[in-house]
Amino acid sequence: MKIEVTVNGEHQSYDVEPRMLLVHFLRDVVGLTGTHVGCETSLCGACSVMLNGDAVKSCTILAVQADGAEITTIEGLAQNGELHPIQEGFWECHGLQCGFCTPGMIIAAHQLLERNPKPSEADIRRGIEGNLCRCTGYQHIVDAVQYASKKMTT
Amino acid sequence: MPISKSVGARIKRREDPRMIQGLAHYVDDIQLPNLLHVAILRSPYAHARINGINTDAAQNLSGVKSVVTGDDVKDVIGGIPCAATDPEGFPGIKVPHHPVLATGKVRFVGEPIVAVAATDAYIAQDALDLIEVDYEPLDAINSADAAFADGAPIIHEDWDDNMAFTWSIAGGDVDAAFAEADQVVSQRIDHQRLVPNPMETRGVVAQYLPGKDQLNLWSSTQIPHLLRTQISVMLGMAENHVRVIAPEVGGGFGCKLNVYAEEALLGHMAKYLVQPVKWIEGRRENFLHTIHGRDQTGDVELAVKNDGTILGLKYTVSADVGAYYQLLTPAIPTLTGLMLCGSYTFKNVQMNLTAAFTNKMATDAYRGAGRPEATYLIERMIDVVAHDLDLDPLEVRRKNFIGKDAFPYETGTAVAYDSGDYTAALDKALKMADYEALREQQAKLREEGRYLGIGFSTYVEICGMGPSAAMPAGGWESSTVRVDPTGKVTVLTGVSPHGQGQETTFAQLIADGLGVDIDDIRIIHGDTDTVQYGIGTFGSRATAVGGTAMVHAMGKVKDKVINIAAHLLESNPQDIVVEDNKYCVQGAPESGLTLGEIAMVAHVGVQLPEGTEPGLAESHFFEPPNFTYPFGTHIAVVEVDADTGEVEIQRYIAVDDCGNIINPLIVEGQVHGGIAQGVGQALYEEAIYDESGQMITGSFMDYALPKAHNFPRFELANTVTPSPVNPMGVKGVGEAGTIGSTPAIANAVIDALKPFGVRHIDLPLRPEKLWKLMQET
Repeated sequence: MKIEVTVNGEHQSYDVEPRMLLVHFLRDVVGLTGTHVGCETSLCGACSVMLNGDAVKSCTILAVQADGAEITTIEGLAQNGELHPIQEGFWECHGLQCGFCTPGMIIAAHQLLERNPKPSEADIRRGIEGNLCRCTGYQHIVDAVQYASKKMTT
Repeated sequence: MPISKSVGARIKRREDPRMIQGLAHYVDDIQLPNLLHVAILRSPYAHARINGINTDAAQNLSGVKSVVTGDDVKDVIGGIPCAATDPEGFPGIKVPHHPVLATGKVRFVGEPIVAVAATDAYIAQDALDLIEVDYEPLDAINSADAAFADGAPIIHEDWDDNMAFTWSIAGGDVDAAFAEADQVVSQRIDHQRLVPNPMETRGVVAQYLPGKDQLNLWSSTQIPHLLRTQISVMLGMAENHVRVIAPEVGGGFGCKLNVYAEEALLGHMAKYLVQPVKWIEGRRENFLHTIHGRDQTGDVELAVKNDGTILGLKYTVSADVGAYYQLLTPAIPTLTGLMLCGSYTFKNVQMNLTAAFTNKMATDAYRGAGRPEATYLIERMIDVVAHDLDLDPLEVRRKNFIGKDAFPYETGTAVAYDSGDYTAALDKALKMADYEALREQQAKLREEGRYLGIGFSTYVEICGMGPSAAMPAGGWESSTVRVDPTGKVTVLTGVSPHGQGQETTFAQLIADGLGVDIDDIRIIHGDTDTVQYGIGTFGSRATAVGGTAMVHAMGKVKDKVINIAAHLLESNPQDIVVEDNKYCVQGAPESGLTLGEIAMVAHVGVQLPEGTEPGLAESHFFEPPNFTYPFGTHIAVVEVDADTGEVEIQRYIAVDDCGNIINPLIVEGQVHGGIAQGVGQALYEEAIYDESGQMITGSFMDYALPKAHNFPRFELANTVTPSPVNPMGVKGVGEAGTIGSTPAIANAVIDALKPFGVRHIDLPLRPEKLWKLMQET
């Protein structure tokens, strides 16, 4: 099936199998491997991307469902060589260890801060509950989101 | 080692820029021309005979390149290795052949049977549906008790029972201790089966280059060199024609400290097909066929005096090790035995272990690997003693602590604790917690029908693994430090970090040691064609052992640099100092030379002192004289909801002592993550197989990994008792959080339920279990 999508600002058309998952489309067809597959069942959040402004789990969406959509992946967050404040926060606060959940976690944090620019710690902990991290115990991730919130609202 | 400008600083990680931008390359991100995708048909039965396999339809599916069964590979791929099978250490051990693909019989759900290579991963999956296997189901065994029951089905028919091996350890005079005791305090304790669950599952890419007879194997592994050796043996290839690369690895926690069927299988298929192949493990496959942790159940008896003095301990335990051994399966419970005395002075100790084959995945090293069992057991039992003798659990701990002047201290299990001050860590944690106020609050809340609990864990653990004599497969580590002509420094380390941050901490050590900007240093690991042989990352050893190897190699480089500098500056080596990253004669900084200037001389080779070899690279292989023994006090404050049984962690205080600290930010991260995993064991996680041997917790829907909102903000501090085992005085911190936290949470929850007469509850402490207990009393 033919689909047209805009990925990280670039508009392109593709011919994909109807059963192809969005995450495989992004990784194997578009070639953006920053989005990871952690569980294939929407439970871990490693595959999170922005689809028309909403954070979605791309492992359980078909590529054809994204026809006409605007998608932002982890590769599209930094602009003109400048890290996004959330990326900066993850670096400054040691918000990652193995890095595998990180792209999805950053996308989830992005959504959270769009909806609630000044979240409390409890808001952050609830806001990222759809994303699993096995390394950090989440505290430095909370710190990273707080860092970004402060930077983005001042 | 003095704390200088870089070592000891909260330096943010050098690994992170690639990871936060989606530019890191994990196994699944590797693309090769003409890559085939492999899917694996796995047993849906825990125990069954295979009477036939028909792969015709799969073979004929368009896009399928190859279908491989156990019969196809049984004569060309050797068995999956186990490094801990010495019958002297494990009397009566049975070592079953462990094939990469099952033939004749399957022994656990998830066991690989057929591999399909196709042009696309979806087609490979389609092909699995077309394979017909004629199974004859057999009765399954889902526990050690069931394995030893009369008339139990036999899993490995070369023998007439399911006993896998026995192991025991004894120290002191246990009988005398129990004869002298005022009381014997007993409890049966279960250490439930856990699934490590790194966020990246396993995965393998293999490529064969026929012109060179070379196999390139990318694997998500913690041990690239050990894997290369084993793969070469399994495939009958010369080891120096096998190159293993651990690319970015998305977490391991011990489960990637192993050699798996798929690694050898993919290597074989790439060579046989002369076409690259990729297999990426699904999460469901990961639950079923990546090693599990823990799964011991045992009876503990403590001989105690009425004042709380512990005289001795007996532990009679059975381990459910699954259907086959993986790399270190039998060795894991031995670590439990070594640490049974915990932080306490009693030396009369005995552990008798019997291990059973069951129809489950193998157990092996999962974060802590044997030591969490020891720590949970002794820390839980201290509270049981306090309960039975009506003493404060803190009083029992203090009464039995090993004093700070007793180190080095030989335990009843004949390990030598390197250094420690257990009271200092406890006192610091108590101050942070404001213990007296917490007890007052607890009493007040109980009157209101609210159940607050305070739990302690005053743990000690064994890490920095370890002396080779005490390890199944080498305990040393290696490093090469080389300086390029322009002064850039490259470190090759035999450890294989996968989240622990050694690209940063090792660079901090080099920056200070050689007088070079941290940005001019590169740490290379995980490629067996590039890096000299090493052992890998596990057992909280990378910095204590691998870092020490690097520091020694760096010392050799520095000696040479100083000799050359002295020659160039017409001075004596002993007068050369490093100031502001310049090698200069003491008192004459203006004449200083940079590392780059000296390195250029070393490589041009004409201005060297007589007898000095050109070039600037040195290697070191470090054999540690002992393990290291981190310790600390964790305090958990929890409230159990009387209406729902839910546990809320209100506060978590951790005072850890991992010796000297190179990067506090990274140490905090290790402790945070460790605590979270230990809390997972205490409250949420359990791998359950039903009576037919089906794993009924095989997804994140049914196996609860902790989430961000399950935790309060951890309150962390350190005491610093340097280790004498290595020149940096570091101990290791990768597992301490996990080892320390499980008993702290368990003790807190059980303390909360004291008004209900609760003395012990097995983990995990899920709401329905607690709610039922509260309803019953």
